[in-house]
Amino acid sequence: MIKKLQNRRLQTILIIIFSVLVIGVITVTGMTMSSDAYATSFENKNLPPSSAHLFGTDWMGRDMFMRTIKGLSTSIYIGLAASGVTSIIALFLGIIAGMSGKHGSAVFNWFVDLFMGIPHLILLILISILLGKGTKGVTVGVIVTHWCTLGRIVQAEILSLKNSQYVQASEKLGKSKLWIACRHILPHVVPQFIVGLVLMFPHAIMHESSVTFLGFGLPPEQPAIGIILSESMKYLTTGMWWLAVLPGISLLLIVILFEVIGNQLRLLIDPYSVQE
Amino acid sequence: MNQKEILLECQNVSFRYNSGAWILKHIDLQIFSGERVGLIAPSGYGKSTLSRLLAGYEKPSAGKILWKGKPFPETGYCPVQMIYQHPEKALNPRWRLKNSLYEAWNPDDALLKELQINKKLWLNRFPNELSGGELQRFCVARVLSPKTEFIIADEMSTMLDAITQAQIWSVLLKKVKERNLGLLVITHNTALVEKLCTRIVNLKELNQIQM
Repeated sequence: MIKKLQNRRLQTILIIIFSVLVIGVITVTGMTMSSDAYATSFENKNLPPSSAHLFGTDWMGRDMFMRTIKGLSTSIYIGLAASGVTSIIALFLGIIAGMSGKHGSAVFNWFVDLFMGIPHLILLILISILLGKGTKGVTVGVIVTHWCTLGRIVQAEILSLKNSQYVQASEKLGKSKLWIACRHILPHVVPQFIVGLVLMFPHAIMHESSVTFLGFGLPPEQPAIGIILSESMKYLTTGMWWLAVLPGISLLLIVILFEVIGNQLRLLIDPYSVQE
Repeated sequence: MNQKEILLECQNVSFRYNSGAWILKHIDLQIFSGERVGLIAPSGYGKSTLSRLLAGYEKPSAGKILWKGKPFPETGYCPVQMIYQHPEKALNPRWRLKNSLYEAWNPDDALLKELQINKKLWLNRFPNELSGGELQRFCVARVLSPKTEFIIADEMSTMLDAITQAQIWSVLLKKVKERNLGLLVITHNTALVEKLCTRIVNLKELNQIQM
């Protein structure tokens, strides 16, 4: 039985390590890649996927595999930065709202409703255009629009914990407010927060790509998945399927990897599955 | 016995949440030392609310609740401790049980043995891995610190089977007698209070709300 228990934990941890490794390798390769790797070379244009060019080449002879890697690493980079900042905002606001009683909660809920009432993508596009598009526009856009859900989760968690019998009993057992916050409340909020944070990466990446795809995000000269996909749309009818399909699948895989990490983390942290 | 000391006292206590309907109206109740009081009433007469007031979890909307003639201390260990109906809600689900057990004091092995807490197997478990009766033993052990002077048991054994009920009550009753603790038992079970208590209070007669 003990062996089984270890296996389950071990599996989960291995899956997490593997996913983190894949994402890490892609990010690092993409960031350290020189632009020669996806330079234009008109001798090799419109080649279908082969062993020399895994994802084929486009109408300017650029290697699509390298462009995809580079684009993915940009996406991951923006996703990490945006979801990191936005989840800190969420944590901060959620804690304030959870601790501040009735009026604080009302103000917080009003703000959350305000942001959730407008579709993410529209708000994102507006903010991105306001800030002059580009990396900054997209990143700030994602930061501003994505804190609501996680913030609300943190707030709700704190509110329900404050009213739970074991926290109230703990107060009566003479424990200080700080002790309760650290020992009772934090252990509940932190896992929720971490899982929420990890599950926000794919969201941020998808939104970055879609805004870029629609032409309101990163500039066209930058290799980004959104750019690659929107450019390849023009060439799809000429039968160059690899331009859209392979980068699209890569994006999907990265998003799935993040989801896997988030879900596996939850399995590890949640007491209902921790001993399985 | 010489003059009995008043432990817990309700002076004309009324209670409602925010501006909702009154749950308790004009309650006067005195509990003396050496007494074991049973509080009974049909559902909806405010038994649990009164117990929360008496343990200091809520403040009365009107009237006063006094512990030995004074209001409750705001911070620090409360001499009045409660045991709840649902032990699984009264224990932090993310804590291993040893943390909950040792939260306020260190119960000695003798007490654990009396309560039949399996020290080897249970202490490293999470609450969702044990049954309600097993968890309730932890809740009882947790409040039996030397600093506790009064115990309120709110439907403490309602969710348990008859054998576990008998076991837990016999330990608790023994401790209450040994240490001369005050005890307030809240239950629907009149047979239980007749067996345990020296006085029975019917909240239905005491509470002046219109049902």
